[in-house]
Amino acid sequence: MSHALSIQQLTKTYANGLRALKGISLNVSEGDFFALLGPNGAGKSTVIGIICSLINKTAGRVAIFGHDIDSDFGRAKACLGVVPQEFNFSMFETPLQIVVNQAGYYGIDRRRAHERAEKYLSQLHLWEKRDVSSRMLSGGMKRRLMIARALVHEPRLLILDEPTAGVDIEIRHSMWRFLREINARGTTIILTTHYLEEAEHLCRHIGIIDHGQLIEDTSIKELLKRLNTETFILDLERPVDTLPDSLDRDIRLIDPTTIEVDVSRDQPINHVFADLSSHDIRIVSMRNKSNRLEQLFMRLVGNGEGEARSPS
Amino acid sequence: MTLAERYVAFETIVIKEITRFTRIWTQTLLPPGITTALYFLIFGNLIGPRIGEMDGFLYMDFIVPGLILMAVITNSYANVSSSFFSAKFQRFVEEMMVAPVPNYLILLGYVAGGAARGILVGILVTVVAMFFSDVRVHDPLVVGSIVLLTSVLFSLGGFINGIFAHSFDDVSIVPTFVLTPLTYLGGIFYSIKLLPEFWQNVSLTNPILYMINAFRYGFLGISDIDLLVSYTLIIGFIAVLFALSLYLLNRGYGIRS
Repeated sequence: MSHALSIQQLTKTYANGLRALKGISLNVSEGDFFALLGPNGAGKSTVIGIICSLINKTAGRVAIFGHDIDSDFGRAKACLGVVPQEFNFSMFETPLQIVVNQAGYYGIDRRRAHERAEKYLSQLHLWEKRDVSSRMLSGGMKRRLMIARALVHEPRLLILDEPTAGVDIEIRHSMWRFLREINARGTTIILTTHYLEEAEHLCRHIGIIDHGQLIEDTSIKELLKRLNTETFILDLERPVDTLPDSLDRDIRLIDPTTIEVDVSRDQPINHVFADLSSHDIRIVSMRNKSNRLEQLFMRLVGNGEGEARSPS
Repeated sequence: MTLAERYVAFETIVIKEITRFTRIWTQTLLPPGITTALYFLIFGNLIGPRIGEMDGFLYMDFIVPGLILMAVITNSYANVSSSFFSAKFQRFVEEMMVAPVPNYLILLGYVAGGAARGILVGILVTVVAMFFSDVRVHDPLVVGSIVLLTSVLFSLGGFINGIFAHSFDDVSIVPTFVLTPLTYLGGIFYSIKLLPEFWQNVSLTNPILYMINAFRYGFLGISDIDLLVSYTLIIGFIAVLFALSLYLLNRGYGIRS
């Protein structure tokens, strides 16, 4: 399978001497949905900045679908769409102007640019707002506008830097659906996110950067296999004040009708129910605690003193 | 990018720039018209008759070319410096940087936008001047070429200012402390022949003097400076500033880490 993105020995030292990247090598396969994670200041934004030509690299090679970003920058850039973390469009232009102009920068004539703008603004539910000054849009609309803008030249690789930061849960889920759809249609997606749950739900592969180095590059499934325990949240039929001391399990009472239990992967969950039933605790529903990846992340990037930085 | 795609990219930048300055026409097009009307009223109508003739022309007629070119200079410069700095400040310069637009096209697009505003303002000021003076054109080719070259030159100057600027203050420093004094001392209101020899020589170090005199030649057929010298100087400055702008853009100065 060919690589949508190939990074080899990428280093970046800023003018102030900060070594942001210390020789990162990474391949993302065509059609993949890839999560790039790491704590604040780990170097993720520097990697994305270099891929997008917004930051000059110190050394190394970056190729997009085989096109080197230095020697074949025209073709490389034509394959790439970027949704940055910060809003980076003119607040005085309308969504239609922003998207049509972006198409123009890729050499798409204005008639086709209008057609594409209508297509993507409609898909992202912004067509009704096409003539409104973009500063009047809500935060979620601004994020969707940047996605429409990044897609207008129909790139084969889409990079999204925290696309759902600060948007409400409904919009987040509709953006997830949209991203899954375009990935299913063949667009390779690389995502950085603050929400590890998002990476777990959307992505098939994951790369974790810490202190300018790639410390993990594997599939989500492989990564999650490494967890020896899984945490379940159980809702109780009747409230309890305390848990019986004789219950010899790692169980925590969250509130009178909710408990959290850690279950070893090599142990059937039926045993848990049996134990609880023997203490007259009945379960009405249960669910996975969705921070499995978070547990792993904290373990991987922790500084060895039981302290980990927040992902971003 | 194919040639046709490059043209579309260039056209897009120009349309974006023209849309920007026409959208805020009360800040970009109206003020030069009003300011120049005041100049004509005060220096031409009220004070002018007491001054009498300058180089054989009514004082009003003498100052018209200089005032038109002053508007062209300040507007083409301000358009590019403020527009490019805004693009940096609001980070939408990144829209072009992530796209396959060659840097020279970005530069040409901004310069064309600045020149468009400079020329449009020049036309507006000329129309205003017609209410106060019997505007005649001695050599339309000189008028057209000088206004085009000057607007291109100062658009390039504005672009470099925009690249180096870190704040909106930086955008206004050069026009206030460099451009305006040079323009006022560049022979808009007087012929340098009126100055003592020492100050005549000092005036000859002011590049704007060459542009104003060439432009005045286009209107009135008189100039303190040889036309060839003026053209050589303007084209030379354009070549130098274009090369410098492109170098800075290729280096990513002020826009890439």
